[in-house]
Amino acid sequence: MDSVKQSAALCLLRLYKASPDLVPMGEWTARVVHLLNDQHMGVVTAAVSLITCLCKKNPDDFKTCISLAVSRLSRIVSSASTDLQDYTYYFVPAPWLSVKLLRLLQCYPPPEDAAVKGRLVECLETVLNKAQEPPKSKKVQHSNAKNAILFETISLIIHYDSEPNLLVRACNQLGQFLQHRETNLRYLALESMCTLASSEFSHEAVKTHIDTVINALKTERDVSVRQRAADLLYAMCDRSNAKQIVSEMLRYLETADYAIREEIVLKVAILAEKYAVDYSWYVDTILNLIRIAGDYVSEEVWYRVLQIVTNRDDVQGYAAKTVFEALQAPACHENMVKVGGYILGEFGNLIAGDPRSSPPVQFSLLHSKFHLCSVATRALLLSTYIKFINLFPETKATIQAVLRAGSQLRNADVELQQRAVEYLTLSSVASTDVLATVLEEMPPFPERESSILAKLKRKKGPGAGSALDDGRRDPSSNDINGGVEPTPSTVSTPSPSADLLGLRAAPPPAAPPASAGAGNLLVDVFDGPAAQPSLGPTPEEAFLSELEPPAPESPMALLADPAPAADPGPEDIGPPIPEADELLNKFVCKNNGVLFENQLLQIGVKSEFRQNLGRMYLFYGNKTSVQFQNFSPTVVHPGDLQTQLAVQTKRVAAQVDGGAQVQQVLNIECLRDFLTPPLLSVRFRYGGAPQALTLKLPVTINKFFQPTEMAAQDFFQRWKQLSLPQQEAQKIFKANHPMDAEVTKAKLLGFGSALLDNVDPNPENFVGAGIIQTKALQVGCLLRLEPNAQAQMYRLTLRTSKEPVSRHLCELLAQQF
Amino acid sequence: PPAGSPPHSTTASLPQHGDRGFPLAAAAAAGRAPPRPRPAAAMQFMLLFSRQGKLRLQKWYVPLSDKEKKKITRELVQTVLARKPKMCSFLEWRDLKIVYKRYASLYFCCAIEDQDNELITLEIIHRYVELLDKYFGSVCELDIIFNFEKAYFILDEFLLGGEVQETSKKNVLKAIEQADLLQEKTETMYHSKSFIGFKKAY
Repeated sequence: MDSVKQSAALCLLRLYKASPDLVPMGEWTARVVHLLNDQHMGVVTAAVSLITCLCKKNPDDFKTCISLAVSRLSRIVSSASTDLQDYTYYFVPAPWLSVKLLRLLQCYPPPEDAAVKGRLVECLETVLNKAQEPPKSKKVQHSNAKNAILFETISLIIHYDSEPNLLVRACNQLGQFLQHRETNLRYLALESMCTLASSEFSHEAVKTHIDTVINALKTERDVSVRQRAADLLYAMCDRSNAKQIVSEMLRYLETADYAIREEIVLKVAILAEKYAVDYSWYVDTILNLIRIAGDYVSEEVWYRVLQIVTNRDDVQGYAAKTVFEALQAPACHENMVKVGGYILGEFGNLIAGDPRSSPPVQFSLLHSKFHLCSVATRALLLSTYIKFINLFPETKATIQAVLRAGSQLRNADVELQQRAVEYLTLSSVASTDVLATVLEEMPPFPERESSILAKLKRKKGPGAGSALDDGRRDPSSNDINGGVEPTPSTVSTPSPSADLLGLRAAPPPAAPPASAGAGNLLVDVFDGPAAQPSLGPTPEEAFLSELEPPAPESPMALLADPAPAADPGPEDIGPPIPEADELLNKFVCKNNGVLFENQLLQIGVKSEFRQNLGRMYLFYGNKTSVQFQNFSPTVVHPGDLQTQLAVQTKRVAAQVDGGAQVQQVLNIECLRDFLTPPLLSVRFRYGGAPQALTLKLPVTINKFFQPTEMAAQDFFQRWKQLSLPQQEAQKIFKANHPMDAEVTKAKLLGFGSALLDNVDPNPENFVGAGIIQTKALQVGCLLRLEPNAQAQMYRLTLRTSKEPVSRHLCELLAQQF
Repeated sequence: PPAGSPPHSTTASLPQHGDRGFPLAAAAAAGRAPPRPRPAAAMQFMLLFSRQGKLRLQKWYVPLSDKEKKKITRELVQTVLARKPKMCSFLEWRDLKIVYKRYASLYFCCAIEDQDNELITLEIIHRYVELLDKYFGSVCELDIIFNFEKAYFILDEFLLGGEVQETSKKNVLKAIEQADLLQEKTETMYHSKSFIGFKKAY
C-alpha cells in the first residue's frame, strides 16, 4: 500500500504540473499535509515533493505543513546513523528527504511561531556544526550527501535573511569550501556566495574572501568555476573594492572564453560606471575594454561612455587626450575609431593646443583609419570631419578635398554619399556663424536608465543586475539614443478615465490647429458609457516624448537606421482594392460592421458622429496564428482632402499576435464639404512577406448629415428656394434591392436624413430633410424618393444649396437602393 | 545631474512575507536568471551514453518533440564528452544545470532546474548505479544494452515524474523482484539475458 501511496502522490504532482486547474485540492489539502506524518519514509519523501509544488500556488492553504516539516527535519538531523536503517545513505540519515524538507521550507518566510522557529534554528545550527566534525566515511558519497544537506541549509538561511549569526556562519563555511580540494565544492561555494553577497548582513563577510576569489579567477582550470568566480566578484563589488575588482576582471577578460566575453564586458562597464569616483578612471576602463575585447563591446557600452563624457565637462579633455593616444596604436579596433572619432569631433579642440595633437595631426590620424572601417564608422567619421571644419578652419581645404573625392561623392553607399555631398556643400555655402550654430557642441544627454543594464538583463533574465539598480528606473526604459520606444497598450478594456488620458496625448504635427479644440469637444460630445478604450501609447510616454529636447545631431541619428518613415503619401500606397467601393457603399447608411476581411485580417469598424465631428474605431483582427510584424495602418488624404476633412489617428502596436485584435481610434472633423473618402492603407509583414492593402475609409459626407424635422409648408418653402437647376440633382434608377418600405425608411434614417410624414401627397413617397454640418459651412438638404413598385424603379431628387453636394449625395444614396 | 552614483545599498530586494517565496531572489545579483515561476520538474531528463557518444538510455520528464530530443541529446553529448577529467561535475547549459558523472565507460547525465540541489543529484545518479549493480550483479554497459527495459523499470521505481520516489534500496529492489515474478508467471519465460532487438525510446 505504501508504494501505491508514494507513486500516487508523485503521479498527482505530475498531473498537477500539466493541468493545475484539474486538480481539486479543497478537501484533499489536509490529507496531503498529513502525509508528512506517515511512518513510511518513502511516502513522506513523495509527499514533500507534492506539497512543495502545491503550496507555491496556495501558500496559505498549506501553512500547517511548516511545523510538521520542521519537526520531521529535526528528528532526522538529530537521529543516530542506525535509526533510519535503510534510509541511511553512507552514514547520512535520509539525505534526499532532508533536502526536500529544506526546499519546502524555502517556500515560506521564517515561521512565526516561536517554538517552531526555535526548533528550526537549532536544527540548522546542528547541520552547520556537523559540517565541522570529522567525516564518518572516506567515501565521496558520504561527503556529497552531507554537503548536499549543508548547501540546502545555507540556501534556506539565505532565503530567510534574518539570522545574522547563521548568515555569518554560512559565509564562513562557504569560505572554507572555496579552498577545498574538490572542484565541485569550490564551484558550489562560489555559486552560493554570490547570493550571500547581496544580503546586507553578510556582504562584508563575503568581501573578506576577495583574495581567494581573485585567485580562483586566475588559477582555476575549469572554465565554469572561473565564471562563477567572475560572477561572485561582480556581486561583491562595492565602492571599496571596485577598482581592484574591475582591474582583475579586465585581466581575466584578456584570456576569457569567447562565449562569455560579452557578458563580462557588460559587467565591467556597469561596475566602472557605478563606482566611478574619478571619471577619468571610467574612461580608461572603457577604452581598455575596447582595446582588449573590442568585438564584444556592444553599442550600448560605447554609447554610454560618449554620453557620460558629453555630460561631464571635467573629463572631456582627458577623454580627448586618451582617445588620441589610443588611436595611435598600429592595430586599433573599429569601436575605438568610432569612439575616438566622435570624441575628437566634439572635444578635439581641447587638445589642439599641443603640437603633437594639432588639428592636422588629429585629422590625418583619423583619416588613416578611414578606409579600413565599415560603412557605419565611415559615416561617423564624415560627421567628425565637418565638425573639424567648424572647429579648425585651417583644416577646411584638406577636408573639403577629401569630401570632394570621387570615392565619397559617388560612393556606392547612399548614406556616405549623402553625407559627403551635404557636408561639402554645407562647408562651402554656410557662413562661419551658421556653421558654428549647426555644428555646435552636443548638449548634455538627459538622464535615463542605463541601457547597458537593460541589455544585461535581457541576456541573463529579469533578475540580473537588480542589486545594482538605484531604483532610477523610468517607467519607460528608453534606449539612450533612440526616441521613446512605444509600448502601446492596445488591449481594449474600456475604462472611463482612459478617454481623458488618451486625449491629453500630443496631437500629431500634421493636424490642423483646430484639432486640439476638437479633442476637447469630443470629451463633451462622447460622454458617458460609450466604451472608450485606452488609446495608443500610454500617457506618460507621450508626455515624456514632448518633454525631451530633440537632440539636434545625436549620434544615433547619424548612425542608425533612418527615422521611422513618415506616413506614406497617396502616391506611395497602392491603389484601393477592387472591392473598396463596394465596401464603402455598405457603410453609407450604417456605422458598424466588418469593413474588410480576407484570410489574414479582419477589419471591423464602429463609428459615431455628432454634428461635424466623428469618432471611428477600427478593429484589426489577426486571423492567423502567426504574429503580424511592422503593422501600420495609416490614413491617407488624396488630393486636397486634408483641407476638407481632418482625420487624426493614433499609432497602433507594430506587432499583432496571432488571434489578437488591436484597435485604432480615429478622430474626424469635417471642415467643409468633401467628395472623396480618405484612404486607409494597412501594411504589415506576415511570415516575412510584406502585405499591403488600401481601402476607402467609410467616411462620407452624409455622416455629418443632421436630421431636421419640419412641417410641410416649411419644407415646400425651402424646396422652392432651392429651385435653381444646379441645386438639384435627380436620378432615376432601377432598384437593386427588394423595395421594402420599412427597409427604405431605415436606410434613409441611417443616411442621416429626417423622415417627414404628411408632406408628400403620395403616401408611398419618402421625404427627408437635414443639414450637412461642416466647420466652415452648413448645407441644408432636402430629398424626395419616389418608388415605383411596378417598374421596380426609383426617382430620387435632392436639393441642396451646393451643386457638388447635391450630385454627390444623390450618387451615394442612389446606390443604397 | 551628472551620471555619478548616489549612495547605494547592496540589499537585494528580498521576498516579502506572503511572496510566493522563491528562494535565492538574491541570486539575481550574480547575474543568473532567477527561478521561473512555473512549476518545474526536479529533473528534466536523464541520459546515459558511452564514451563514443552512443546513447544507451534516455528518460525524459518533460514533453518534447522527437526532433528536439535528438537535438538536445546531440548537443549535450558533445558538450559533456568535451569535458576534461578534472573538471567539476556541473555545468550550465542553456538555462539548465547539467550534473554528470562517469562510471567506467558510461556517462550518466542529468538535467536539473536552476534551483535544484546539484550534490543530491550526483547522489541520485550514484544511487541508481547502486541499484543497477545490485540487480544485475556487478553491472556493466553490456547489461544495460541487453536489458535496457529492466534498467528503465528500476529507474521508474526510484524516480517518478522527475522526483525521487523511494530512497530505500531494499524497497526498490523488492518492488522490481515482485514485478519480475509477475512477469515470469505470465510469460513463463525464465529470466535470462535475452536480446530484445527493438530499442524503444521512453
